[in-house]
Amino acid sequence: MLEELTSKLESTFRRLRGYGKLTEKNIADSLKEIRRALLEADVNYKVVKDFVASVQKKAVGEEVLRSVTPGQMIVKIVHDEMVRLLGGTTATLKTAGIPPTIIMLVGLQGSGKTTFAAKLAKYLQKKNRKPLLVAADVYRPAAIQQLKILGRSINVPVYEEGIGDPVKIAFNAISYARQHMLDTIILDTAGRLHIDEQMMEELVKIKKRIRPHEILFVADGMTGQDAVNTASQFAERLNFDGVVLTKMDGDARGGAALSIKAITGKPIKFMGVGEKLEDIEQFHPDRMASRILGM
Amino acid sequence: SAHKKIDEDLLEEIEEILITGDVGVDTTMEIIEHLRQQAKRQKAESPEDLQKILKEELSRQLLAPPEESVTHRPYVVLVVGVNGTGKTTSIAKLAHHYKQQGKNVLLAAADTFRAAAIEQLDIWAQRLGCEIIKHQPGADPAAVVFDALTAAKARNVDYVIIDTAGRLHTKVNLMSELSKIYRVIDKQIPGAPHEVILVIDAGNGQNAVNQAREFVKAVKVNSIFLTKLDGTARGGVVLSIKRQLGIPVKYIGLGEKMTDFELFNPQEFLEGLFAKE
Ligand SMILES: Nc1nc2c(ncn2[C@@H]2O[C@H](COP(=O)(O)OP(=O)(O)OP(=O)(O)O)[C@@H](O)[C@H]2O)c(=O)[nH]1
Ligand SMILES: Nc1nc2c(ncn2[C@@H]2O[C@H](COP(=O)(O)OP(=O)(O)OP(=O)(O)O)[C@@H](O)[C@H]2O)c(=O)[nH]1
Ligand SMILES: [K+]
Ligand SMILES: [Mg+2]
Ligand SMILES: [Mg+2]
Repeated sequence: MLEELTSKLESTFRRLRGYGKLTEKNIADSLKEIRRALLEADVNYKVVKDFVASVQKKAVGEEVLRSVTPGQMIVKIVHDEMVRLLGGTTATLKTAGIPPTIIMLVGLQGSGKTTFAAKLAKYLQKKNRKPLLVAADVYRPAAIQQLKILGRSINVPVYEEGIGDPVKIAFNAISYARQHMLDTIILDTAGRLHIDEQMMEELVKIKKRIRPHEILFVADGMTGQDAVNTASQFAERLNFDGVVLTKMDGDARGGAALSIKAITGKPIKFMGVGEKLEDIEQFHPDRMASRILGM
Repeated sequence: SAHKKIDEDLLEEIEEILITGDVGVDTTMEIIEHLRQQAKRQKAESPEDLQKILKEELSRQLLAPPEESVTHRPYVVLVVGVNGTGKTTSIAKLAHHYKQQGKNVLLAAADTFRAAAIEQLDIWAQRLGCEIIKHQPGADPAAVVFDALTAAKARNVDYVIIDTAGRLHTKVNLMSELSKIYRVIDKQIPGAPHEVILVIDAGNGQNAVNQAREFVKAVKVNSIFLTKLDGTARGGVVLSIKRQLGIPVKYIGLGEKMTDFELFNPQEFLEGLFAKE
């Protein structure tokens, strides 16, 4: 069914490219199909509405109608508009003036935080950084053990205090990093729902206590319409700095990327593209736009 | 007429509710079209009438066939799904559910791949007070399953629940590994597994339809365990899965504890789907 839609959209684009002259009618028809494709790609309903409106505004503009190849113009407008919304150029990570740089990972249950913590450690290690993984998920069965196994597999130390207070663990990790000349702290936190007041408050406390340089919201790339609810709540409580989109090695179109960016304004910085620790990629807005559009 | 106008607005509102609940565009359009016809036929006048027609129709579609009485012993349950949906936690919930009926349960740690997956299931087994069969990390999952079934027969347990590694439905080799596990089970206990449960995260969007389609091909899925319904995600994609593939939801997950479990109830699910935030 998705393939069907993709090819439908492709034929829309092909038809658009072929049009000598665009009328408001065929613009409207095409926008309808674009809307449908975006919804099937899991872009949020309201985000789609705004997106289609802004494309329409540009499409009926003078420039398009006077252009020699108006169809191609629209395809370009759709794609460019999406790239623009997804963040334009690729974002990078902040580093502290005086080490250690503190990076904190947050997100819903099972989104891929712990795996990404280890991926990021490995990624930074290759850039000659000395990371420390910190086990601040004291709730999920065997979460600490999971991080320890991953850390060991890439020779990155893991700071843990067993089932303790996550705020204290995070704080104590800073002096541990200093003592051991480790320049980057990657904090793994427990998965939680955005509506779980007590658990969200815990993150706020950790943030206040350790003042991370970078808080990354780790989201499952298969997320549907709910992406806007979760991302906006995490953004409101934590004002996070960037987004990680995981499990992008499957066939999910990843419309959540557009939803999260549109709702929070925060850039997507990395993608998870597999279960192995080397399966991490920087985020490329143009590639993501093509993926969402099925082009 | 004024009435007709209100109805079109209402239909649009229903469309928005369904789409934002992850029902998907095609299914939503079909439902709206059907509703339009039914409304005319049944001379529905008020928004309440429309909602009632809709909920009755959808609830009929979502209804799972009645529970068959369990005659097999051991009754073998295979749990599958993509990464991080909640398989291992849902197994703890199912085990707890069976134990409450006075049954004894054996867990098989056939996720030998993910870091600390075995430890995770082991902790649940301790909390539940049930037996677990496990091997070393990296071991062949089919071998774990073989041992678990051997133990289950010898010890005369009621239920065996098999945890498998999360895998994306697009990974051909991982999916055929799953088919192999299925064949090993069937060979050792003909007719088993008696139930294959696909675990779906309510937060997932339309990709869940693809997941279901591929898992059905690999292991003949019988039912869905829909997790994380305690959040704001409404899990409407199960409507599309039911309509397209015929697989019913049987269980839902409402939290991280083993007691955060319920048998699926279509009416309650639809109340949640239509509850405007
Ligand atoms: N295919 C694929 N699997 C991934 C990716 N990232 C993580 N996973 C898998 O997703 C599952 C969940 O990952 P975790 O890292 O445990 O997720 P988490 O957010 O720490 O989970 P909680 O701590 O329970 O909230 C595991 O099976 C991972 O192997 C990815 O990019 N691709
Ligand atoms: N809020 C909520 N969290 C859940 C629910 N079910 C599972 N979880 C959480 O989701 C996360 C992933 O659960 P797991 O049981 O490890 O998922 P899994 O499918 O076995 O993951 P992999 O084996 O890595 O593929 C954990 O943090 C669980 O506590 C649920 O119904 N509601
Ligand atoms: K809910
Ligand atoms: Mg984790
Ligand atoms: Mg598991």
